Amino acid sequence: MKPLRKFLNRVKPNFEEGGRLHAFHSVFDGIETFLYTPNTTSGPKGTHIHDNFDSKRLMIIVVLALLPCLFFGMYNTGYQNMLASGTKADFWQLMAYGFLAVLPRLVVAYVVGLGIEFIVAQWRKEEIQEGFLVTGILIPLICPIETPLWMIAVATAFSVIFVKEVFGGTGYNIFNVALVTRAFLFFAYPAQMSGDKVFVSTKPICGLGGTVNFADGISGATPLGQIATHTGGELQLQDVIGDPISTWDAFLGLIPGSFGETSTLCILIGGVILLAFGIASWRIMFSVFAGGLLMGWIANTFSTPTYPASFLPATDQLLYGGFAFAAVFMATDPVTACRTNAGKYIYGLLIGAVAVLIRTYNNGYPEGAMLAVLLGNALAPLIDYCVVQSNVSRRMKRLKTEERQ
Amino acid sequence: MRKTIKLKRGLDLKLAGGVTDNSYKTVTPERVAVIPDDFAGFTPKLEVREGDIVLEGDALMHDKTCLEIKLVSPAHGTVEQVVRGARRHIERVVIKTIEPESPCRAEEGCGRPAPFWKNFRFNREDADSVRHALMDSGLWAMIRRRPFDIIPQENDTPRDIFVTAFDSTPLAPSLEAQIKTKNNEIEAGIKALSLLTTGHIYIGVRPGDSLPDYAGAVMVEFAGPHPAGNTGIQAANIAPVNKGDVIWTLDIVTLARIGSLMLNGSVPMDTVIAVTGPEVEKPTLIETKIGAEISPLLKDNIKNDGHNHRIISGNVLTGEKVSIDGFIHFPWRQLTVIPEGDDTDEFMGWASIAPSKMSVNRSFPGHFLFGKMFKPDARLHGGRRAMIMSGQYDKVFPMDILPEYLIKAIIARDIDRMEQLGIYEVAPEDFALAEYVDPSKLELQKIVREGLDFLRNETT
Repeated sequence: MKPLRKFLNRVKPNFEEGGRLHAFHSVFDGIETFLYTPNTTSGPKGTHIHDNFDSKRLMIIVVLALLPCLFFGMYNTGYQNMLASGTKADFWQLMAYGFLAVLPRLVVAYVVGLGIEFIVAQWRKEEIQEGFLVTGILIPLICPIETPLWMIAVATAFSVIFVKEVFGGTGYNIFNVALVTRAFLFFAYPAQMSGDKVFVSTKPICGLGGTVNFADGISGATPLGQIATHTGGELQLQDVIGDPISTWDAFLGLIPGSFGETSTLCILIGGVILLAFGIASWRIMFSVFAGGLLMGWIANTFSTPTYPASFLPATDQLLYGGFAFAAVFMATDPVTACRTNAGKYIYGLLIGAVAVLIRTYNNGYPEGAMLAVLLGNALAPLIDYCVVQSNVSRRMKRLKTEERQ
Repeated sequence: MRKTIKLKRGLDLKLAGGVTDNSYKTVTPERVAVIPDDFAGFTPKLEVREGDIVLEGDALMHDKTCLEIKLVSPAHGTVEQVVRGARRHIERVVIKTIEPESPCRAEEGCGRPAPFWKNFRFNREDADSVRHALMDSGLWAMIRRRPFDIIPQENDTPRDIFVTAFDSTPLAPSLEAQIKTKNNEIEAGIKALSLLTTGHIYIGVRPGDSLPDYAGAVMVEFAGPHPAGNTGIQAANIAPVNKGDVIWTLDIVTLARIGSLMLNGSVPMDTVIAVTGPEVEKPTLIETKIGAEISPLLKDNIKNDGHNHRIISGNVLTGEKVSIDGFIHFPWRQLTVIPEGDDTDEFMGWASIAPSKMSVNRSFPGHFLFGKMFKPDARLHGGRRAMIMSGQYDKVFPMDILPEYLIKAIIARDIDRMEQLGIYEVAPEDFALAEYVDPSKLELQKIVREGLDFLRNETT
């Protein structure tokens, strides 16, 4: 690795104050600290040694945990397209199709988001922060595969600027950046973000896959979409060509849905990675599932034909839509979640319950996970405030008992 | 019957280079120094000039606001140098020691009618005269008070006094061995301090130690990892500091010194220093003077392995970086030498799974090597960031305080909030482990120190 180090040392002066390329110094810093651990040492006072764990490691583990979902998303995108278009293909063709379908979306999200991060870091004379490494991969994972690229670009730019940077950058945002991207798309371009035609990739890419023609009995409606539009009669969930969907299919993720959200199995693998490495809060993760189960059970107990989703058993509520993904990856975002331990339980229960509540009792929104997490984000400071206040009042009480003595 | 308190939160860092052998050699330093910055809350006014002859126990400086609080010379000698920094700030007063074999006596024409070392005369039963003797002998400045973690104020009457009898910091020497023969002194010290407080004197000990139950003190056992030995942590778990309370904190070695003052009228100025750390050839204990110069203590004992070294006066968590020609800082118990680490080129260190990496995070295999002793260097291992992860500080902070929120209140300089969240209970050292584990690499101890100083200026 010596030649690379030498090369970096040689070009470094160009990026320093007064150098020709000073305008790009944050980009250079970003690349240099990514390649080589910075040699900054502790100050003369204070702690002289530091733990090896840092925010780069943190972000990279989250990305690692997202990879199973990403790979399964590729497979499923290919699978849905071939199934709907009736083309035959082997595993690698499915993967290749999905890869080609998601690649432009990943690239657009990263280029737009990282571009803004680099510009802002340069402008503020700060180091580049790693937060967008995760956000950039989350955005394509939670959007329907047919979302136009320009929309992803606009939504990413909006949320990176107005949800993150105006608050001060990574660590200061109130709302989850990736979810606001999704919400922005959902409310700004509802036609392209919901319905039954956006969750299945419809065109051949580089000679792979086939054209999906929704006219001949093919429907790309997601299970939750089917439930929301269900009118009377026995509810039977169907896949794109009208065959019934089993619970097992839904667990594996071979159903239409947002790119990376369909496979509960892969999400659980990611969740295990996050918990095993102590990255995500188990308090939040489990209480989201508990809240979802509880609300699902209540809804199911009082099921009524007015709200068809209430016929779903509580466990199925966790398998469909973005619930599991939101529980494992979205609700546990440490910056926007509750920061106190007691608060985390309340926050998780709230998100789980509200997600199921919205999807069951509001026919306008087939899926409620996104809105539930955003609502949780908005309420997290309030929940924390109450928990902190209880610590404060314990201290006040101690003072009063002492005065009485 | 001793009360036992079990602390769950905390962390014992497994560092290489601990002292295994309790025997020690003696080194008589050529120079000693008194560094007024080590005594937070002390504003120095010089009492001596360069060239003056001083005796062990003679005052070198007094506090600007309280003339009676003094810092004294730890050895006989001449004032060689008064080192000043920016704006004539006194950095240190260096004493060139005179061999103890040639004591300076008036009858020998030394020009100064004084005994071999300073003998303090005072009424040992009277609180006020004990108080003045402590101030005069320099022992007052070795005590800390909360709130603010500074030296006690002139007219403090502490609610309680907390003494720790063990040092739980990384690689710290055992205090038990140093005070084994000093039971009389310790009991005399307890008697003296009990004149000054309206409450109890608590002594925090390890379960299963050999210390007797001292008369006049409440013995409390603390089980659990560091920071169990911090007086502030012990106080928080026995009787937390409320707004308006004042407590004093000290260690048992200082308590023994107070006892010596009571029994003999003089303060022993020798101390045992542990030379520790992964870059030390042979970790040893050395008996020397308080504030001794460092180079003879480390002579021929630093590994010659081509690394840059960092010499720390104190432990790796709360100590101060010093150069080889520097002096030992308060509270004078330990020298640690670690690799500096600025001469390494580590490719993609954030992705490393090398077992030599020390971490509390389970993504590093080293986390699971229970017997392994690590050799960390002084690098930050990352850039400074905003607080991202939550709940990291709580895991190493055994007090009923929400550290993240307190830190945020301090950064925001929000006085009401700081008070509500318990700033009066904390000292910078209590945040040292949190600073070590922090993935955002914030300088928590500095933040807390500045917050305490700010609050003191605003409220007094």
